[in-house]
Amino acid sequence: MLKKTSFKKNRNQLEGYSQTLAENSPSVPDALFTKCPECGRVTPSAELTENLLVCPKCGYHLRMPARKRLLQICDEGSFQEWDTGVYSKDPLSFPGYAVKLKSSRLKSRENSAVVTGLGQLGGMNCALFAMEGQFMMGSMGSVVGEKITRVFERALEQKLPVIGFTVSGGARMQEGILSLMQMAKTSGAVKRHSDKGLLYTAVLTHPTTGGVTASFAMEADITLAEPGALIGFAGPRVIEQTMRQKLPKGFQSAEFLMEKGFLDGVVPRVELKDQLIRILCLHKGGNPHGSV
Amino acid sequence: MDPYKRLQLARKNGRPSGRYYIEHLITDFIELHGDRRFGDDPAVMAGIGFLCGRPVTVIAHEKGGDIRDKAHRNFGSANPEGYRKALRQMKLAEKFGRPVLCFVDTAGAFAGMGAEERGQGEAIAENLMEMMTLKVPVLSVFVGEGGSGGALALAVADEVWMLENAVYSVISPEGCASILWKDAAKVKEACSCLKITAEDLLEMGVIERIVPETSPEAICETLRAQLDMAFTELSSMTSEERCEKRYRRFRRLGVFGE
Repeated sequence: MLKKTSFKKNRNQLEGYSQTLAENSPSVPDALFTKCPECGRVTPSAELTENLLVCPKCGYHLRMPARKRLLQICDEGSFQEWDTGVYSKDPLSFPGYAVKLKSSRLKSRENSAVVTGLGQLGGMNCALFAMEGQFMMGSMGSVVGEKITRVFERALEQKLPVIGFTVSGGARMQEGILSLMQMAKTSGAVKRHSDKGLLYTAVLTHPTTGGVTASFAMEADITLAEPGALIGFAGPRVIEQTMRQKLPKGFQSAEFLMEKGFLDGVVPRVELKDQLIRILCLHKGGNPHGSV
Repeated sequence: MDPYKRLQLARKNGRPSGRYYIEHLITDFIELHGDRRFGDDPAVMAGIGFLCGRPVTVIAHEKGGDIRDKAHRNFGSANPEGYRKALRQMKLAEKFGRPVLCFVDTAGAFAGMGAEERGQGEAIAENLMEMMTLKVPVLSVFVGEGGSGGALALAVADEVWMLENAVYSVISPEGCASILWKDAAKVKEACSCLKITAEDLLEMGVIERIVPETSPEAICETLRAQLDMAFTELSSMTSEERCEKRYRRFRRLGVFGE
């Protein structure tokens, strides 16, 4: 199902809109080798990319950029991006925020911490979002909230299923209460979509925490996660401070959450696309009441 | 008043928490316990009673009175059971067609191992979703601290009011200071940056009303009259109209360019 070309060919075309950003970013060539943060094995970057950024030795899932993720998961050439031009402002004139936004744009080559759009999986139309960990740790401010909300609203209008990939440090502190409000806003949109009998599948990736866990990440009909992903409301450091004790190994890991009953499955990245297609098929393309 | 002073007032020992307002505003109150899943969380009080002769469901954070009570109630920081108890009561309110009144006073949802194991994030998320389409009127009053998701889980409402010296924030000012300046002592600066006062939030359209603070008795007097009016008005709409308005209320919040 996965072709090597599925996320190579269309990169430029899809990234075309952010050309200016790409031009402004430091022209460091991709490293030839990548070291696994878990086992330390050094793998040729090309091989790692082919292996979907999963360490061939220990199976550690390295973080996947949002755009790469969507191109990998969608049928070749099917992804059309939505709302590319939505960008963050600095409503509270928060110290350091403007600079942070700028550096995040350069670092991630994205306009925001989420990429959204329409794509096909196994020929079935689907609304998608993928969060970008390189953009202020995938934190949710007004833009992420707005783009996610629009995904569910459009999916509702067009009777489409939604598949979403989360990675987030939580609500974006720099937009204050407005970030908190995005939790309610996105949850409302998820609920409306759900109430129309439409399917939402979430894939939680490392790490998914805070206000994103406490809103749309945990509101899916089917909730999957990648192996080893840290998933929680409070971060491990905060819990350790509260409890005044060290957390056991594997606490808040995807496997732990599944054991506790909060995930439907832990799915390795290489199997994810097939699994998602199967889920869509089982729901008649995500719109059980319509035609396939 | 400077935002840091407000924060101190909101947290002040002896400031009335949820229970006080239940006792002074609600007659024939019957407390109802438990989430039917795991346990009963004393950080959240819930029950039914009359507000100006109208049956209502009341849900309130309670930080506790003396030190033993405070420990018992985990200082108002709820575990998932607290949010699930709240949701259970909201669903009952929906079934019996009575409005929901929430009093918010929490530093935040509890960040403990048990809370994580039992799905703190999932519990809050479910409340946010379900409250958005709850068919009966929902009104939340912030009486002290409104800490992040733990406060929001009782505040996806048709109207949100704040007492003059209550605060509402996405992160504790201490947390913000330690992230931003690696110095938890810079709480004062963080308080100003985060815009946590009732005035700030009214200006941003996050709340509908500020309740002036005089004496606790006078606050209750004001609240009683204003809540009665608000519920009368909210009850005059159909549930579809109310839900649509509630959705729009949150839908419009956010500042971005395009």
